[in-house]
Amino acid sequence: MNLTTRSERLTGRIFLIALVVVTLLPFLSMLSAALQPRGTVPTGLAWPTDPQWGNFVDAFNAANMGALLKSSALIVAGVVPVGVLIATMAGFGLGHLRVPGGHLAFGLLLLGLTLPFEAVVTPLYYQMRDLGLLNTRWAIVLPLIGLYMPFAVFWMRAHFINVPRELSEAARVDGSNTWQLFWRVHVPLARPAIASLTILLFLWTWNQFLLAIVLVDDATKRTMAGALGAFQGQWGTDLVLLCAGSLLILTPTLIVFLIFQRQFIKALLQGSVKG
Amino acid sequence: MTSALGSAPAGSGTASRPGRGDTRSPARPHRKRWGRTVRWSGWLWVLPALIMYGVFVLRPLVLTMQYSLYHWNGIGAARWAGLDNYLTVFTDRDLLKIISNAFILIIFFSFIPVLLGLLVASLVRRITTGPAGTMVRTVLFLPQVIPLVAAGIAWSWVLSTNGLVNQALRAVGLGGVTRAWLGEFDTALPAVGVIGTWVMLGLCTILLITGMSKIDPSLYEAARIDGAGPVREFFAVTLPSLRQEIGICLTVTIIAALASFDIVYISTSGGPGIQTTVPGLEIYRLAFSQRQVGLASALAVVLMALVLVCVLPIQRLTRGEK
Repeated sequence: MNLTTRSERLTGRIFLIALVVVTLLPFLSMLSAALQPRGTVPTGLAWPTDPQWGNFVDAFNAANMGALLKSSALIVAGVVPVGVLIATMAGFGLGHLRVPGGHLAFGLLLLGLTLPFEAVVTPLYYQMRDLGLLNTRWAIVLPLIGLYMPFAVFWMRAHFINVPRELSEAARVDGSNTWQLFWRVHVPLARPAIASLTILLFLWTWNQFLLAIVLVDDATKRTMAGALGAFQGQWGTDLVLLCAGSLLILTPTLIVFLIFQRQFIKALLQGSVKG
Repeated sequence: MTSALGSAPAGSGTASRPGRGDTRSPARPHRKRWGRTVRWSGWLWVLPALIMYGVFVLRPLVLTMQYSLYHWNGIGAARWAGLDNYLTVFTDRDLLKIISNAFILIIFFSFIPVLLGLLVASLVRRITTGPAGTMVRTVLFLPQVIPLVAAGIAWSWVLSTNGLVNQALRAVGLGGVTRAWLGEFDTALPAVGVIGTWVMLGLCTILLITGMSKIDPSLYEAARIDGAGPVREFFAVTLPSLRQEIGICLTVTIIAALASFDIVYISTSGGPGIQTTVPGLEIYRLAFSQRQVGLASALAVVLMALVLVCVLPIQRLTRGEK
């Protein structure tokens, strides 16, 4: 390595650090505002002389955090396991069993890969109304499962298509049927792909905003992102409380992210590569 | 328009994604009958996913196309409109402005993050696997993990009159240019764009650095021996090697820009005037506030087509060969 490279690397590092700082600043600015006394007008970034940590308690009550967490958890519990399971099954059928005409089904699914949710949200509203599901969590859960299928099946098929077929033939000789084959051989092998998919679906569901505000009026039956939108509508003028509440609503995601950080980053990178 | 929708994505799936094409191995003769029943019953595995997709995506999609051919207020009887709604989308000055807003956002959501990401990536080459590297990666991924709504709220505050940006400007003696960035006519759209840049920059940078670390260092040595400076090196080695990663960044960010909704809804609600209104927001407003379901649906079909028209060529260019 010669000198030019070294000075380039130094410049690069400075850029990278600047990037990190810029990424963090909005969060710090929010924190500094959240700690100011209620009713004052905060400025950009100023550490308060007397930090009001109590604001977070106020925001917790104002946002009805307990109910919000429960609602988001219920929606995630409705979407993610079912979504992952049926996508894995479909990926298995299309990628490994190679069902006849499967490429047609796959082509149909690919249609939805770049589909903006805005393109279907209006008919979904009327469909949910006719099903009597408006303002229930089902109105978010059911469409999300469907909307995730293009990516999720694409993702799982990409895994199964690389699994050697001899593996199944060996198991067939042992006399196990396809169902046993799937659960005993293929699901364990697909664990990394399934784990990444689970993380992505969790994140996308938790952060889903459009479907939440269109299909559910009651903020306590929405996703976290939808609830945050309602919170802003209600407390938009009280900047201190708004910042405290927003940070609070972010905390669960951040905790989960920090715990599974390695898997998250891997999933997000792979997810964008394959999506 | 609909024909482009129907044929193009299937084409992209088979033609531009090498390595995932069907290499169907023919069933062995003595197993043929058994194999065939198993293969047909295999549809049972695909069915649940297809049903959910059909009921909650394809059906609404077809309905959107159908609505787009009618005048309908969502309650009363619908009136046949033919292509009137599409004509409105392509001639109404406000709607054209709204569509062009989405394209301006591409500069901020896509081009700036990719260019900055390339710059950083070509300088850094790789991030260490040590704790410092993990820290950098974690922080740069934060904007991808939090809801866009939260990014919108945070930046509304940062860009407000008393916010961080104006505070910084005053600190360096530029108090004269301070303003409510999201509220003023000329700065609102770029200000919304900056939020998008913030969200996308980390993802693009990490993706490009990851791609960078896969490039064979001997390519750079060869280039240096040939007397290439950093600039030529960048165009001769870095750019071609990162073609695939750049394609991914552009695809993800362009979709995010054209179909943007959350950030705009939270930070400006499309204002001032329609200065920051994007198609996604206008669809929502037309369908649910102004009760013009037909027009909203036509705009939705156009948006869908625009996404495909922008994304498919990128896919072809960056994944076609290799």
